[in-house]
Amino acid sequence: MATTAPNLPSPEQERPIGFGRLKRKEDARFIRGQGTYLDDIRLPGMVHGAILRSPYAHARIVSIDTSEALALPGVAAVVTAKDLETLGLAWMPTISYDTQAVLAGDKVRFQGQEVAFVIATDEYIARDGCALIDVEYEPLPAVVNARKALDPDAPLIRDDKDGQVDNLASPTWEAGDEEATDRVFAEADVVVKRDIIYPRCHPAPLETCGMIADFNPKTGQLDIYNGNQAPNVHRTVYAHVAGLAEHMIRIRCNDIGGGFGNKVPVYPGYVCAIAGSIVAGVPVKWIEDRSENLMSTGFARDYIMHGEICAKDGKITGLRVDVIADHGAFDSTAQPTKFPAGFFHICCGSYDLEAAHVKVKAVYTNKAPGGVAYRCSFRITEAVYLVERMVHALALETGEDEIDLRMRSFIRPEQFPYETTTGWTFDSGNYAETMKVAMEIAGYDELRREQAEKRARGELMGIGVSFFTEGVGAGPRKHMDILGMSMNDGADLRVHPSGKAMVSISAQTQGQGHETTFAQIVAEELGIPPEDIQVRHGDTDRTPYGLGTYGSRSTPVSGAAVAVVSRKLRDKARLIAATMLETRPEDLAWEKGRWFVKGDAEQGALIEEIAAYAYSGAPMPEGLEGGLDSQVIYDPPNLTYPYGAYIAVVDIDPETAQVTVRRFIAVDDCGVRINPMIVDGQIHGGLAEGIGIALMELISFDEEGNCLNSSFMDYLIPTALECPDFELGETVTPCPHHPLGAKGVGESPNVGSPPAIVNAVIDALHQTHGVDHIDMPCTPARVWRAMQGNAEPPQ
Amino acid sequence: MEITITINGTEVSRDVEPRTLLIHFIRDTPGLTGTHWGCDTSNCGACVVLMDGTPIKSCTTLAAMAVGHEIATVESLEVDGRLDPIQQGFHELHALHCGFCTPGMLMTTRALLDENPDPSDHEIRTAISGAICRCTGYKNIVAAVRWAADHEAATKQEAR
Repeated sequence: MATTAPNLPSPEQERPIGFGRLKRKEDARFIRGQGTYLDDIRLPGMVHGAILRSPYAHARIVSIDTSEALALPGVAAVVTAKDLETLGLAWMPTISYDTQAVLAGDKVRFQGQEVAFVIATDEYIARDGCALIDVEYEPLPAVVNARKALDPDAPLIRDDKDGQVDNLASPTWEAGDEEATDRVFAEADVVVKRDIIYPRCHPAPLETCGMIADFNPKTGQLDIYNGNQAPNVHRTVYAHVAGLAEHMIRIRCNDIGGGFGNKVPVYPGYVCAIAGSIVAGVPVKWIEDRSENLMSTGFARDYIMHGEICAKDGKITGLRVDVIADHGAFDSTAQPTKFPAGFFHICCGSYDLEAAHVKVKAVYTNKAPGGVAYRCSFRITEAVYLVERMVHALALETGEDEIDLRMRSFIRPEQFPYETTTGWTFDSGNYAETMKVAMEIAGYDELRREQAEKRARGELMGIGVSFFTEGVGAGPRKHMDILGMSMNDGADLRVHPSGKAMVSISAQTQGQGHETTFAQIVAEELGIPPEDIQVRHGDTDRTPYGLGTYGSRSTPVSGAAVAVVSRKLRDKARLIAATMLETRPEDLAWEKGRWFVKGDAEQGALIEEIAAYAYSGAPMPEGLEGGLDSQVIYDPPNLTYPYGAYIAVVDIDPETAQVTVRRFIAVDDCGVRINPMIVDGQIHGGLAEGIGIALMELISFDEEGNCLNSSFMDYLIPTALECPDFELGETVTPCPHHPLGAKGVGESPNVGSPPAIVNAVIDALHQTHGVDHIDMPCTPARVWRAMQGNAEPPQ
Repeated sequence: MEITITINGTEVSRDVEPRTLLIHFIRDTPGLTGTHWGCDTSNCGACVVLMDGTPIKSCTTLAAMAVGHEIATVESLEVDGRLDPIQQGFHELHALHCGFCTPGMLMTTRALLDENPDPSDHEIRTAISGAICRCTGYKNIVAAVRWAADHEAATKQEAR
């Protein structure tokens, strides 16, 4: 079975193997309109569900009359809280150990809350049925403003919870050393304070949320089709919630039309679809419309922050932050259990601070629940926004360039691994170098000259900077779990007798290109061409357990699992190759795709030959089982800490206050890049979302709790005309503990871009209009008011 | 009411309610699920199909309004196993991530190139400004349309 060198491909025929700009495997179906998204699935006998929602933000439910709806031809059933109570499904646990009403029984607590579920033969009739349900409400005063939620006379929102006497959602959470921080502030040369709001926004993936539940009463099997970001976790939750056996539940995700955090939680509509199928005995499809998506599913941010920053001898030394977190009516924020404010305490940023202290108070309001991460790792977006706005404010106060201040205050390369004052261990970095690359691409000094010339002509141009460090890839099981489950990911790899391979992963793509990237990892490690490697995901019956895709954790955790499982398989291949080549394993060396004899390179075995041998009748090495496969569960030793330097150039129309992002320079360091084309694509997409958040995207409410941004006519998402031709650069500082040296990247651009843009807007208006603060979104109306000296927080 | 619509060159008849939307007709009757629904309000463009060569939003068009017109969907782009250059361009330039907006983007930009074979970047951005992509930030979509335009121009040159 031994092979000699002539059987290897010649250099000219070199295999297209491993890392690089490989075009995506998944494109083939998408460019033909042959993706399989949730609404594309039709099962025999399937019926359709629609949800009746509350028009009030806060009201007691006096009565629900479903008789007219039930009389409508085509309506099969109407489910209310009473029906769910008999199934034990009226309430469900949230990811944050709170409870959430599946259907409201006692009262409604936000506008758009689920009140009744109509099942009918088609979706038009299901919605007709909703219109025929008569609900009598007794309106109650609504609490919309998180600060007012803490007033002693504020209406009590969560009277369903035993012992709840106020609107505090959880005990105040703190990080850092308060006394040390007080000392640093007392010794400082300069202290700057700001009230900064990260307003409520929404991930709004283009495909909304939904589910098909197919319960088979004969077998007890529940088949679920549902685009979610963590299928294995969802299955565990359904087993607990519905009292079903976990092994009798199968979730298939198929193709998902974007997630961005919105598809992490379990929503009441899902439980309704499952309950509906159990009651009706047929498959039930429920898909929300856009208004339902914006009004009821996981929003992001809504952090009201008071920040204080100080400096001594021209260097940033301390940070103090006091936050009120608005969680809406139910606490369904998404984060690891021990981190009720997510990773917000990474707000010490990329700076070598002496001390920092963070305090977060969480409150209930009569607004939709959520607090999911919209393309960010558990509140890091809020943290980076806060610190990068504060650094800019400090530079304004001292009258120096904001980059100079950062350069003096950065953690230096030789300080890594770096223990931050709030408890993080940053893995690797060379921040000043990355900042310099961004300045070079931007032509920073030239931009400042251009700005001065324009200012002299009465034109408004701003240059804004941000520098972020993220902690992504949650996470080490000693620190992190969600609902008691460790944040690890599995990978199963099988090389078939023909040398083709299949790798099953627990990460769940929503467009990130896993079918390509993960094949490249196996290709790099085993020398099997990526086109010969199938990546299997999104099916709980056919993939290993793992926590899914969010918080930029796919490459840091699942990608590492795939690298490790490949190496484990390669080790087994070595033992087999030694038998094949009649030598000792330690006498063999590896080159991509082949074990060969050290000192006699012509004697070797290709991976496909080793695979064929492993499945054949030939003798295996002693104690080794036949076949060529391997399994691992990867427990990351630490998060990975990608970082980047971003520069935004904006123009503001002095007549209309319209902000245009003319240029955006993003230099990311995410360690080793497996597929740079996909990495660039992720950065482009996140920058567009960041522009949206900074300038356009806002979920707001009037005083009665009416949601004012419940469609894409009011919730404004950037189009191609609002986005510039992004300019990217890179530096590569490998992650020391990731097997491939890679760090996560998907969320970095959304994290890093909003502060750069807002800093640029303030930079454009500071000298001419005295603006030293503005909250997002920087819409023309809000910028105009700031130009008149009336900057207002968003409602 | 019984209506007949020509979709991708084939006449499709079905008894529908007057309120039936064109997108549901296309997805239900011939089962062409490449056209996607995203917003209800004509903002996102995931549902764009061509009516007599002009891009329209099928989520806010009644099926009955398409009677007597030629509808073309994403499924019509590939002919005899040959991808349309716009499909090829999207693949070459990584102009799609989740793929949900892609059919609408492809039909919108196909119509653009039919009308203007050599659009500027700004003309491309304007043409797709009625379509939302949440994933790509549009940069690679613009490049993909440019690729398709250049590719078609080169093909025409060769044909001469």
